[in-house]
Amino acid sequence: MTDGATWVNQALREHEEHTGSAISRPTAPASEREQQVLDRIDRARKRRPKVREERITMSHGSGGKATRTLVEAVFLDAFSNPLLEPLEDAAQLHLNGSRVALTTDSYVVSPLFFPGGDIGDLAVNGTVNDLAVSGATPLYLSAGFILEEGFPVADLVRIVASMEAAARVAGVQVVTGDTKVVQKGKADGCYINTAGIGVVEHEVSLGVVNAQPGDAVIVSGPIGDHGVTIMLARGELDIEADIVSDTAALNGLVADLLSATTGVRALRDATRGGVATILNEVAAAAGVGVLVNEDAIPVRPVVRGASELLGIDPMYVACEGRMVAVVDGGEADRALAALRSHPLGADAAIIGQITADPPGIVLLKTAFGGTRIVDLLVGDPLPRIC
Amino acid sequence: MRFVDEFRSADKAHALAAKIAELCEPGRQYKLMEVCGGHTHTIYKHGLEDYLPEQITLVHGPGCPVCVIPMGRVDDAMALASQPDTIMTSFGDMMRVPGSKGSFFDAKAQGTDIRMVYSPLDSLKVARQNPDKRVVFMAIGMETTTPSTAMTVLRAAAEGLTNFSIFNNHVTIIPAIKAILDSPDLRLDGFIGPGHVSTVIGCRPYEFIARDYGKPVVVAGFEPLDILQSIYMLMVQLSEGRSEVENQYTRVVPWDGNLAALTAINKVMELRPYFEWRGLGFISHSAMRVRPEYAAFDAELLFEVPGVRVADPKACQCGEVLKGVLKPWECKVFGTACTPETPIGTCMVSPEGACAAYYNFGRMNRRRVVEVSIS
Repeated sequence: MTDGATWVNQALREHEEHTGSAISRPTAPASEREQQVLDRIDRARKRRPKVREERITMSHGSGGKATRTLVEAVFLDAFSNPLLEPLEDAAQLHLNGSRVALTTDSYVVSPLFFPGGDIGDLAVNGTVNDLAVSGATPLYLSAGFILEEGFPVADLVRIVASMEAAARVAGVQVVTGDTKVVQKGKADGCYINTAGIGVVEHEVSLGVVNAQPGDAVIVSGPIGDHGVTIMLARGELDIEADIVSDTAALNGLVADLLSATTGVRALRDATRGGVATILNEVAAAAGVGVLVNEDAIPVRPVVRGASELLGIDPMYVACEGRMVAVVDGGEADRALAALRSHPLGADAAIIGQITADPPGIVLLKTAFGGTRIVDLLVGDPLPRIC
Repeated sequence: MRFVDEFRSADKAHALAAKIAELCEPGRQYKLMEVCGGHTHTIYKHGLEDYLPEQITLVHGPGCPVCVIPMGRVDDAMALASQPDTIMTSFGDMMRVPGSKGSFFDAKAQGTDIRMVYSPLDSLKVARQNPDKRVVFMAIGMETTTPSTAMTVLRAAAEGLTNFSIFNNHVTIIPAIKAILDSPDLRLDGFIGPGHVSTVIGCRPYEFIARDYGKPVVVAGFEPLDILQSIYMLMVQLSEGRSEVENQYTRVVPWDGNLAALTAINKVMELRPYFEWRGLGFISHSAMRVRPEYAAFDAELLFEVPGVRVADPKACQCGEVLKGVLKPWECKVFGTACTPETPIGTCMVSPEGACAAYYNFGRMNRRRVVEVSIS
């Protein structure tokens, strides 16, 4: 039997086991039957995820459902421990009485150089941001390089210089590193891994699990700039636009926010999967609903235009210098003012609120005036045919 | 954003919704089919159903090109792609469509060279850059995309490219609409006509629907106000007892279509005697093949394809969903065995598929949710 057919049969078998004859008489009113189906789906989504593919596909790296399934079914299953389980951007460790945050991230962006940045500053800022949104002050980074045979030394020098500049701006030092070279064709020029540690000085415990009904949801600036910049920089679309990546270190912005209010419940930097993925993580972890107002989401016209042309939704497009904050509703204005007084948060906006109902679901009030769900994507957003 | 925001005005939508509600006769139920998957996507993406009275039901039609590709054709494409020294090019939508041996994404993970393109013409670039490889374009779509495939073949012929061919899966919408009209298990009151298809074929081909079947047709644009206005125009016809073809999308659709595009199609392609539509079965004269004059660009003639019909999994009810007989959630496996992660049926794959649209955007108790969003 073939790969494809195997999982179909397996999925059908599981479906039989779990649902049996759950759906009531076909004579019941449609709204009642629809609700039963919705409940059944809800139960199915709560079951432990399984990786059905026999091989890794590009979807597993997109930050959406396939990535989550891989992380939960393979990594979390094997490494299971209480520090890993919250699946936050950084782990919180207690070492000799101090709270330390530890994180790591790998960078494989193509092209290596793009308007507004390159793989070097991305590798510093991304790891700094994972520490910052955990409430930590980032201190030290490691840097591991995987280089392809034949890679120009001048390009490497340029990348490292931009890492150094980004580290200086963020106030961190690269204190240890590693270099490996692989044969031509075994890698795409240059990959970088960075790990970082920081100390948690504020008396805060940030986590998406803390979100409560009545909280406000804030984004720190226009969304989707980085992702659209990269898509256009690849040159496959023959679209030219005046747009640069938003890559930036957010630790200064986070520090200002945490000094201004103690009402911050959770922070996340909106990288792969974009703001929509973060909001889904909040809804799932805290068992709450998230209601977002499409009109309130800051999106640059050029990002909106490119997204409309390609048939993708800016809510899923990656940022590298934007964060989502969940803040006590009573503190929302204070938090917004603190963000807006920092250059990286000048265009911050309250985009929605946490609700009790429907749990686990992100709802969007569309600009058109309708309501819909914003779900996790399976893989990368695919351009539509027509 | 200009030319977009004008067609998404909530104020105008409220005004139109009120007029639509006024036209509903008490006690009468209205079933309107949006033929095109692009409309289905717009309806869900903007939450358009919130504006409609309960008496009006939108039925999602068969006009999602990815949804109607039968499994056997996906297997054929996979066989073409996995030949030595071959590069297959495909639209992004197609990448997750399951054949009996998995999807293009799975094949890619196993080393088959399948590349996403944004336009068929990009395939020619790939062919020029890889003269030692055979480049096969997975051509799919209705009349909207057929002209660009035809133009690509004409360009390849003009350039004398010898390493480029197409695997032609282009279908035509009219026979499918006729199959639905002739299907005994469905009662529809009117059609929201496919806008982009009509930019090519014009509005005349729908006249038989109004004349012979007595159902009104309004060709509609793809912004939410376009669709709401088309529903209003259908309701006016129904309330006046008329059945005519009307054009709401006049800013793009000429009544007689695009003669240049039709000429290009006709030059390169001809109708097949029959073609299988997923879920709908074999429909006569419903798809295109490459004309003998352009046989050098026809992958089906150049290479061996299995050409085996593969039955859908028994539990899959895509056919009923595509015909509008079942709502997505009424399918037995919807949302449990068949999800966007592991789609069994094609309706769950494309963002234009009715099941994917309902699962991703509309999977909620509308009444309860509207209360939340107002509070």
